Amino acid sequence: MSGLVSSLVPSSILAADAPARIATPEVAWRALLPIIILLVGGIVMLTIASLVRKRPTARWYAPYTVVVAVAAGLSAVPLWARVQGWDSLLWWDLPASPRGPFSTVAGAVGVDGFGLFAAGVICAAVVLGALLADGWLRREGLNGAEFYALLLIAGSGGVIMAMADDFIVLFLGLETLSIAVYVLSAMHLRRVQSQESGLKYFVLGAFSSAFLLYGIAFVYGATGTTNFIGIRNYFGPPIKSATGVITGGNIPVHGGLLVVGLALVLVGFGFKVAAVPFHSWSPDVYDGAPTPAVAFMAGAVKVAAFAAVIRVFVLTFPNFVTDWRPIVEFLAVASLLAGAVLAIVQTNIKRMLAYSSISHAGFILMAVAAASADGTSAVLFYLAAYTFMVAGSFGVVSLVSGRGDNRTSLADYRGQSRSNPGLSLTLTIFLLAQAGVPFTTGFFAKFYAVAAAVGSKLTWLAIVAMVSAVIAAFLYLRVIIAMYLRETDEPATGRIPVRFGAKLALGLCLVVTIGVGILPSVFLNPAREAIPYLVEPPAPTPPPGPAPTTDPLTGATIPKAQTTSTTADPLSGGAGG
Amino acid sequence: MGAVVFAVEAVVPHTNSGFPVLAAMIALPLLGALVLALIPSSRPELHRLVAIVTSVSTGALALWVLYNFRTEDPGFQFVVSHTWVATLDIKFYLGVDGISLFLLVLTGILFPIALFAAEPDQNEKGYYVWITLLEAGCMGVFAALDLFLFFLMFELTIVPLYFLIGQWGHGRRVYAATKFFLFTMLGSAFMLVAIVSLAVLAHAGEGGGTSFDLLKVAASTSVSRNTARWVFLGFAVAFAVKTPIVPFHTWLPDAHTEAPTAGSIDLAGVLLKLGTYGFMRYGLYLFPEASVFFAPVFLTLATIGIIYGAVVAAMQRNLKRLVAYSSVSHMGFAVLGLFALTTLGLEGSVLVMINHGIITGALFILLGFLYKRRHTYDIDKLRGLQSVAPWFAGVFTLVMMASIGLPGLNGFVGEFLVLLGTFVSHRWWAVVSAVGVIIAAVYLLWAYQRVFHGEPDEDNKTFPDLHLTEKLVMVPLIGLIVFLGIYPKPVLERVEPSVKLLLAHVEAFAPGFHVANTQDGEKLQPVPGADDSSSPGQEQGSQEPETQEQGEGR
Repeated sequence: MSGLVSSLVPSSILAADAPARIATPEVAWRALLPIIILLVGGIVMLTIASLVRKRPTARWYAPYTVVVAVAAGLSAVPLWARVQGWDSLLWWDLPASPRGPFSTVAGAVGVDGFGLFAAGVICAAVVLGALLADGWLRREGLNGAEFYALLLIAGSGGVIMAMADDFIVLFLGLETLSIAVYVLSAMHLRRVQSQESGLKYFVLGAFSSAFLLYGIAFVYGATGTTNFIGIRNYFGPPIKSATGVITGGNIPVHGGLLVVGLALVLVGFGFKVAAVPFHSWSPDVYDGAPTPAVAFMAGAVKVAAFAAVIRVFVLTFPNFVTDWRPIVEFLAVASLLAGAVLAIVQTNIKRMLAYSSISHAGFILMAVAAASADGTSAVLFYLAAYTFMVAGSFGVVSLVSGRGDNRTSLADYRGQSRSNPGLSLTLTIFLLAQAGVPFTTGFFAKFYAVAAAVGSKLTWLAIVAMVSAVIAAFLYLRVIIAMYLRETDEPATGRIPVRFGAKLALGLCLVVTIGVGILPSVFLNPAREAIPYLVEPPAPTPPPGPAPTTDPLTGATIPKAQTTSTTADPLSGGAGG
Repeated sequence: MGAVVFAVEAVVPHTNSGFPVLAAMIALPLLGALVLALIPSSRPELHRLVAIVTSVSTGALALWVLYNFRTEDPGFQFVVSHTWVATLDIKFYLGVDGISLFLLVLTGILFPIALFAAEPDQNEKGYYVWITLLEAGCMGVFAALDLFLFFLMFELTIVPLYFLIGQWGHGRRVYAATKFFLFTMLGSAFMLVAIVSLAVLAHAGEGGGTSFDLLKVAASTSVSRNTARWVFLGFAVAFAVKTPIVPFHTWLPDAHTEAPTAGSIDLAGVLLKLGTYGFMRYGLYLFPEASVFFAPVFLTLATIGIIYGAVVAAMQRNLKRLVAYSSVSHMGFAVLGLFALTTLGLEGSVLVMINHGIITGALFILLGFLYKRRHTYDIDKLRGLQSVAPWFAGVFTLVMMASIGLPGLNGFVGEFLVLLGTFVSHRWWAVVSAVGVIIAAVYLLWAYQRVFHGEPDEDNKTFPDLHLTEKLVMVPLIGLIVFLGIYPKPVLERVEPSVKLLLAHVEAFAPGFHVANTQDGEKLQPVPGADDSSSPGQEQGSQEPETQEQGEGR
């Protein structure tokens, strides 16, 4: 590996006597491992499945996907150890010199705790999606490699978004994620709603991508760069370089171009997280799409999109917080209230959960609006908790909905507590967790979001959020009432068979939802350590001596002291504790 | 009465013994719930056994705490403290003082009795799991000394009761359960924001950081007066819903009426006290200035509640609804005494909480017996029960008299002290509220007359009297009703130091506020013994002119 890395260390652009070479940026391949594993894993799967004439037995798809996703998640662990400056990881002693967050690929990809945490959550969503898909695909007679491959590719897109330090890379990730998810939504061949939802999602998603691109163009026009570090420096304090050129310290005289750009970027992300008023696709898509796909995308797409929101707004444009915060506050209030109120009047459980997820997005937006270190960790905690809660909820829904994915009305849940006590209890726990009942992750998620908002003097927003949580609680109660408290009706369904994969997925979600609900530090401490950073890429001039590629992970040579001094992280004030 | 500690901060929490008994009192029911959940549904007799063993042993622990409680120590005892979330200074912090002691004991006594008194008609497993969880939540609320833990436990009580009402209740149980859930959740929503705001703004943690430690937050002075008032209102909404204070009470009659017997007992006996206890520990203690500022509002609402609850109770045709509205009235007394901000008033308030728990618990048990026999709570359908069920009528009479406030029974002591304490500081509110006692006699005696007097008709002729186990269930409650009526001193002498400490804290932190006690308030022994229960009144009466001046001076 070290040989590979040293061969990739670029030669100096300034070296005049060197033969003309294309200056390739230094790439720390190990830092990209989570992305690569997911992507390659998906492509390999597709390739094998399409080349082998006799398709491999169906039962290997899900375990393969799980193994790939777990490997991707584990590959982030050494990076995490390096970013956090751990002395040792299990029994490996880590080198002392290159520690702390860094960026690679010429500053286009940032490796920091924030991105790695989000990457871990996305990998978990892939695992849960694959486990749930196993039984579902067989039930529907759709088994094939495509679903799993798309899950993996979507996951890699999400991780790219979470680690992007450049608008172009961000957009690449977004499209990789989105296109895979469009196809996932339309996966159910025999169900017209699924086709419809895929098309709807695609058209509206493409529309939102256009908004995003347009916004990026505006931002580029205002700052002359698409790189977050470049943008941050452009508006940051002026720095005089060795050659006497002063960079940075710019103040937009007429901020219109930039603010319009930011607003358009926010619209693009608003579509992805289904924030009101950009939410109208989500109930239709959640209703029509295959339920395991919904279980995956409800978590993973939100994680990726919110990670991008934090990277762009909180991290790159902290100076413009007064410009973007009111918009985010508006989106948060609208999502909270509209999501909760519209959820109550639904009679289809998938649409209900779609609206409730809009309400959850409002909660997360509230934590974003806090624009503080507490807010960022609250966002991460919420996303991690939500991924498991929502995957569990939709997991049960996918089981109850039966062959054809049609039994999704509230009436189909009547009396389930008698015919399927285990499933009912499981769904009840996930719904109560979403309602924010103590000793579940949902409670702490809401608690930290509220704490972050109050800490940033957004108490009014916190009150709105809690009131909307009460309204939303009614919707969860409706499902619970249908399952438990309507004794007069005959159970809507008989006993539902649950495959091992689904059992495992639901069990995992339960363990996390209750376990972390009792010991929140399990998620909270990493979430607090997962601080987003914008780190300058190492200077392109190679040192005269042998390349210091002793670092096992990358060729980056920034010592820790320098790292922290250059980061000038806007959030680091309260982040250390 | 020992040296009353004026320096509020000087009180050191005391652990009493190495055994973390308070933690055990929460852990035991949780453990019991877990065991119950693991026992298959096909063994209902095992469920009942485990539930009873759990709650009886929890009750025994509560009595052990009572026995080992250091009477003259006003601070927190049996303290357990473990860090939970270090970054936010959230702790698993438990302790008990004179105010919470008897509420813990009450919880410990009422839950086993509720289990003995009533059995579920279906799905035993779920029923017992929820009841034991509810007990854990209640214990946790009364023992918590950490704002976050308190909120967690406060919320934890909602879900079990929701299911108890919704699944094992009568009639419109789903409606009642949902209403209960949403009302309480709405209150809690405001409280959560208030708690977080307070924890952030108080800067009580290390280096001015966030802290949820009750004692640290209470000692902090960094919250401005205006903010504190807003934050107090956030707490007040939650407690007002829970208590309930008119106009937040509408969930209570529905929840009470539709709840199964055990649910009603626990709801009336223990859960309503979460509200008044919350006002005392988290209202008065954390927001002395705001409490003093808003006291007239709450006194007025309490008075309205006392009269309104009593009048509406008189109009009811359903016995359970009648008791529910009488609870609104009685809890009004607890709030009245609390916001009177006098030693007598606060002591009376604690006593009212305890006595109301015992009396209403007993009433609901009796109504449960009635329902088991006749499957109705409708007053019109019952007649002449006295002649067919003399034991039942006798026990009912005693409990009813206690509820009315007959001197010599426990209901009298609390309400008397409350009225006395309120009279000292807020005379007219006390005068108006006293009418509530009279109306209480009206509605209860009238209901008694309609149900028990006269000739039994066909349906009521075969009403079986109490059998032995039912009598045995009533024995401890009857015993307490009589004992606390004649000799409340053991309770008062434990409550008083803590109440005085609390008021000293309020005086220290609320500028310009002085407790409107009698002149030598510290020497006053407001402990009506067996035969001198009227002596404090006389003492009070003689001191009246001075205190009145004080009251008007503010």
